Amino acid sequence: MITFRMNGLEVSAEEGWTVLEAARFYGLEIPTLCYYEGLSPYGGCRLCVVEIGHGPKSKLVSSCTYPVEPGLVVRTDTKRVIAARKMMIELMVSVAPSSKVLQDLASQFGVTKVRFEPRREECILCGRCVRMCAEQMDGKAIGFQQRGYKKKISTPFDLKSAECRLCGGCIYVCPVCQLRCQGPKAETVLCNGCLAMDPTCLDHYEDLQCWMYDAGRCGTCVREKTGSRP
Amino acid sequence: MKHYRAHLLVCAGTGCVSCGAFKIKEALEREIRKRKLQDEILVIATGCNGFCERGPILMVHPDGVFYQQLTLEDIPFLVEEHLIKGRPVKKLMYIPPAEKDPIPRMKDIEFFKHQRLVVLRNRGRIDPEKIEEYIAFDGYEALAKALAKMKPEDIVAEITASGLRGRGGAGFPTGKKWAAGHAAKGSPKYIICNGDEGDPGAFMDRSVLEADPHAVLEGMIIGARAIGAEKGFVYIRHEYPLALKRMAIAIDQARDYGLLGEDILGTGFAFDLEIVTGAGAFVSGEETALIASVEGRIAMPRQRPPFPAQKGLWGKPTVINNVETWATVPNIILRGAKWFSGLGTKTSKGTKIFSLVGKINNTGLVEVPMGITLRDIVYGIGGGIPDGREFKAVQIGGPSGGCLPAKLLDLPIDYESLTEVGAMMGSGGMIVMDDKTCMVDIAKYFLNFLRDESCGKCVSCREGTQRMWEIVKKITEGTGTEADLALLEEVARTCKDASLCGLGQTAANPVLTTLQYFRHEYEAHVLDKRCPAGVCKALIRYVVVAEKCTGCQSCKNACPTQAIKGTLKDVHLIDQTKCIKCGACQEACRFEAIEARREEAIAIV
Repeated sequence: MITFRMNGLEVSAEEGWTVLEAARFYGLEIPTLCYYEGLSPYGGCRLCVVEIGHGPKSKLVSSCTYPVEPGLVVRTDTKRVIAARKMMIELMVSVAPSSKVLQDLASQFGVTKVRFEPRREECILCGRCVRMCAEQMDGKAIGFQQRGYKKKISTPFDLKSAECRLCGGCIYVCPVCQLRCQGPKAETVLCNGCLAMDPTCLDHYEDLQCWMYDAGRCGTCVREKTGSRP
Repeated sequence: MKHYRAHLLVCAGTGCVSCGAFKIKEALEREIRKRKLQDEILVIATGCNGFCERGPILMVHPDGVFYQQLTLEDIPFLVEEHLIKGRPVKKLMYIPPAEKDPIPRMKDIEFFKHQRLVVLRNRGRIDPEKIEEYIAFDGYEALAKALAKMKPEDIVAEITASGLRGRGGAGFPTGKKWAAGHAAKGSPKYIICNGDEGDPGAFMDRSVLEADPHAVLEGMIIGARAIGAEKGFVYIRHEYPLALKRMAIAIDQARDYGLLGEDILGTGFAFDLEIVTGAGAFVSGEETALIASVEGRIAMPRQRPPFPAQKGLWGKPTVINNVETWATVPNIILRGAKWFSGLGTKTSKGTKIFSLVGKINNTGLVEVPMGITLRDIVYGIGGGIPDGREFKAVQIGGPSGGCLPAKLLDLPIDYESLTEVGAMMGSGGMIVMDDKTCMVDIAKYFLNFLRDESCGKCVSCREGTQRMWEIVKKITEGTGTEADLALLEEVARTCKDASLCGLGQTAANPVLTTLQYFRHEYEAHVLDKRCPAGVCKALIRYVVVAEKCTGCQSCKNACPTQAIKGTLKDVHLIDQTKCIKCGACQEACRFEAIEARREEAIAIV
């Protein structure tokens, strides 16, 4: 067991745990987005940042990837941490304004205004789909392409991938398109936002049993709109 | 061994090669054969001298005479005069700016005079493609000492005592890193040389690799011995073909001499090296990204800890050091930690190589002791700002470094003081700017580089750099608001705070330092819609100053859109409807008669 301090409490965790796992074990809530149980931690969304260390040497690290160490000092909700989380939410909402997950996070953190020009890319590159495909579905059909502002997720050479079994796992874990497509509560929440996503389901899964097939012809969202779902 | 009465050392660094050094070398050889001097005079291609602006460069040894900016036509005359008649050719020598008399000897030239060559000690004097020449200048002696007389612990202790810190940017103590690598459990262990130098305007590592590849090799073999590694990788970016070629030659020669492979120097120690060609991303210079790249994955940094010294390449203990750090190691082992720690300041020991570029008279590569002031570099070695213009700022540490203003010129250069003022040592890029540079435009330039080079993993860096760029772009176009300035600062601080790796954590430095030291320029753009330096196209218009214009027509000829009207000896006029604000007229004018003025302040012509 490793003993360290978290929010002023002395806590212990098993070796190999991340700070996030330890925090959750002790019931401390840390918001996450790119983290998904069962997938390897990625540390890209920076929502789960916590402050470690003391004074001028303290720094922010992503709790989902930071391993617990003896003597570590962790604070999960300092002013600095909250400021960083709020900015992350604002930056992410500005590229995926119609994600319910992000909208919910924004209201939870009191982010009421997006000061950037919305881009409607509808993908925040959290990489959940990439990891889902590789780690749980053993597919490796999709991956990251390019870098920086040109970064996107797609199949190799943007062609239909022979590795893809159309399991839909990528869509299932997507924090941006998943909730919206499962059936928005309000009419105002957009449903076909995924069309703007890379990979678009339509380009790659045409004529097949993707449950977002033809943006709703499968019925998932259409049914919702007519209110046939209980 | 054959003896020659003179050696002609032709600089064959990338800078000189690009302006024809190999052709000069061929011409020299041809001329020498023609005059049947081939048994008396030898022509050698050496590594980069650093004075790249003056290339192609030739040094005549043993006279120490320095010739610069040679052309093929100069060669027969030069051979005739200097090598046959013994009269050094004055017109091919270096003349300092604003002076009349040439300086014949290399060691008397300001640019070279103040330098302290440790890592670059062999530059310009040996042929980097011949291991024998390296050995002749005490090469591989440090390795012999390390293998025969020192235990691995002793090597680590010596490096620790020397106070050497990583030359790649962050300045982590090398001894500490090696000690961790030495203590780490796991086998095999690896070492890596980080030659993925990607800063715009910086070419220190390239120059070291090109001028003295064996020094890097020797340092790596010593390091391998110290931590117990049996395999090493030299990671060199694809854009450095000459460095790649010379490193490959060096590795082959070292293998032939039994300095790599099984049973090195008969001590039973085995170590081998492999070259990895970088795939072209700036972020590959970050150590965990570099490891990913060597493993064949996308160069994306990961969380530390675990540090590479514990879990690096393929999960094994790995020590990564920068090219310059490795090349420093043999000097320390050979001459002792005490000698090395005698150079530099209290916390930063030894020397550091900087590439001095931008608006400076003597562009090139310089090696100076730590603790030297910026003023000494800019005005001493660099020879000041061209055309008598005023110094405005110096950008240190590459794209993620900071812009320092004139009031900090007396700052001693060491890791701590640079970090304190918001810049960083970085790998050693130094870009000098004069009063014609717009600092907002500079911030935009670096942000554009960074938004492209961010690996895209962290939201704070990927979106942060993109959004900062958008805001700064808006400001340079004259549509920025005060709220934008506040937002810019907020995004910059978060980007610095919340990002995973060194790139993201320092990506905001160009913005933060320009905001700190040149806020008035941002405010001029935002509040007055004015670009004080006359750079931002949307905020200026070019006008002819009637009193200064002589009607020489050179601006008219330079204009690509025929926007300038006027007959010979008459004051010219710029047609603003045709002007694309390229600035060609301003550059062409010899009388400073074309000015960039604030857009609205001018009545319609």
